[in-house]
Amino acid sequence: MALVNVSTVPKAETDSNSNLPLVDKWVVKAHFIAGISFFFLALLAGLLFSTQFLRSYLFPGIELLSPGRIRMVHTNIAAFGFLANLFFGGLYWAIPRLTGERVWKRPVSLFLFWTWQAILLATVVGEMFGYAQGIEWAETPMFVDPFVIIGVLLMTVNFYVPIIRTKEKPLYVSLWYFTAAFVWTGLVYIMGNYLPQFFAPGVAGAAIGGLYIHDLVGLFVTPLGWGMMYYFVPLILKKPIYSHALSLVGFWGLAFFYPLQGVHHFLWSPIPMFVQYGAVTSTIAVEIVVTTVIVNFFMTLKGSGSILKTNLPMRWFYTGMILYFTTCLQCAFQVTLTLQQIIHFTDWVVAHAHLVMLGVFGFWLLGIVTHLWPKVTGKEWYSLRLNTWHYWLTTIGLVIMFGDLTIAGLIQGFSWRSLQIWEQSVIASMPFWMIRTFAGSMIVLGQMIWVYNLYRTAKNPIKLGDSQPTINTEHELAPASMMRPAVAS
Amino acid sequence: MAKSPIERFSTIFLIAGVSFFAFSFIASGLVPWLMMNKLHTKTMDELAKDMPASFTKLSQDYPTEFKKHFGAANSASYKEALILGKEIYIAEACWHCHSQQVRPISNEPARWGKVSTADEYQNELQLPQMMGTRRVGPDLFREAGRRPNDWHMAHFFKPTNVVPSSVMPEFTWFFDNNKRPNKKGLAIVTYVNWLGSWNKDSTDEMLQSIPKENRAGFVK
Repeated sequence: MALVNVSTVPKAETDSNSNLPLVDKWVVKAHFIAGISFFFLALLAGLLFSTQFLRSYLFPGIELLSPGRIRMVHTNIAAFGFLANLFFGGLYWAIPRLTGERVWKRPVSLFLFWTWQAILLATVVGEMFGYAQGIEWAETPMFVDPFVIIGVLLMTVNFYVPIIRTKEKPLYVSLWYFTAAFVWTGLVYIMGNYLPQFFAPGVAGAAIGGLYIHDLVGLFVTPLGWGMMYYFVPLILKKPIYSHALSLVGFWGLAFFYPLQGVHHFLWSPIPMFVQYGAVTSTIAVEIVVTTVIVNFFMTLKGSGSILKTNLPMRWFYTGMILYFTTCLQCAFQVTLTLQQIIHFTDWVVAHAHLVMLGVFGFWLLGIVTHLWPKVTGKEWYSLRLNTWHYWLTTIGLVIMFGDLTIAGLIQGFSWRSLQIWEQSVIASMPFWMIRTFAGSMIVLGQMIWVYNLYRTAKNPIKLGDSQPTINTEHELAPASMMRPAVAS
Repeated sequence: MAKSPIERFSTIFLIAGVSFFAFSFIASGLVPWLMMNKLHTKTMDELAKDMPASFTKLSQDYPTEFKKHFGAANSASYKEALILGKEIYIAEACWHCHSQQVRPISNEPARWGKVSTADEYQNELQLPQMMGTRRVGPDLFREAGRRPNDWHMAHFFKPTNVVPSSVMPEFTWFFDNNKRPNKKGLAIVTYVNWLGSWNKDSTDEMLQSIPKENRAGFVK
């Protein structure tokens, strides 16, 4: 199989026109550090919020640290601080390598980096001081929104330039996902933050707000996540993706069906029923598409499964994929009007959200940072064992939290339906909320271990490649053609 | 390499990126929006005209504080209190733990009353809408008239004093140093008592269902 089209492989790290490296490692590293810092903040906010449910909140009666405000810090920073920052880091690494072209301009990258961190800090401070916006997942204060839009626009241009300039045509799968994700993100953000705020009251606002919540997962996080998987998995496995046809089905299926689902966040509401039926139908339809993507990746892994024992990034990726399939399968059932009667408004949904945002996309990004950290710091891992601890503590913590809150959700839903007095549902949830806090502590502990390891690695006197290389570096410059199945060309 | 138009930047940008998104927005955002436009959208002034008795009662329950912050109980001060109350409801993220939506299922009408309808949300106080996302505490869309003002005040100050099993945070900054409600306290109680107050029949019906001896303090 001719995997590599030699003529298009960039010859060196730098191209001939300039001294700038193809990949700006400083920017990658900066986004990783920022992303992990905000991940920590989001986790601590979540853990702190969870103690309110045990009636032992650590800072009762303090306005700025009120649990309601801290919850918004948790969800917003998880999306825009943790996931977005780490995606930025991954994109600054992957896009130049996939295209053989640098991003548009280095000053733009730097400006975008600092602007984005300022946006996040303004979000945290704004929410703590009571300037939150009343739209789910768009609680970012109104005065911050224009800067987010400018940031997304700059990101789009910065990454579109190499994608348009590349001589690698047709585009590789990852770049389809990235191309679509950038245009979607800007449109979704403008739609979700402004229309329900100023123009569409009540039911119409709910329909658009539902679109926003779901599009943020489906059109921002999901395509970037899958784009990353289509890049890193074949690279680490050193073999092409199993089927190009399945890649096409997966991408176009997602692009068509995913945006149509938003209203399923408001089932049994006064939104016209035909719109609700449409959302339910397209949600179930997308699960069929998801299955094709999962098949594609597991068939790619076939024959190389033992790599999951030795290669931690790959273990993160495939754990995330298993959880992705779990989420999506769960979604196809929970979206039905039947199950919605019980589970809507309960902790079931909270469990689902954590499974998606941390268990799938969070895991993929943790895997990507684990894969790239030695490359961007140029140092050997301080300890591979600590990384394994990180994996297991996070995974077990998340699975406990998911199972725990799912059961709690069912108990709450049935308690409400049986017309028990309201407080009974709170009392019955208490043991589950304790387990939730415990599971959250496990996840936080895992990240503490990891951050210590990342720090010690950055300070490690042993440079990458001094000892036996643990990760193969020779494919790092491989362009898209390497990962394209031979049958497609 | 074979020419493959669907793997080109321009195709993906225009069809997947722009067109599919636009289609989804039209189908599930714009269509319900245009349908709702047939309903009259109540402005703040229209809402404020319909002042419930609970607001007058608030001015009697906390006369000094009410006079200081809102003056007299009239449409103008009611409007001001409602707007501030909604702002607080958002700033404190009340809507993350309380829904404003009675669904026609799961015995919700038996617990809360009339199923919520589209017209009830067609007003400026539902901009942005507050249907909610999670119910740690109960739904609030039929809250008006259920509980007296001083119940709400005591509850906001320290919820477990009123409902021992509650996990609601305490909002001590709704009160001054003498533990009397400040402007925020008055406004949030006004807002909470607005929820469902447009629904006169259901409030009366609800009140009738409460034994006479337990009606003390209920607005009527």
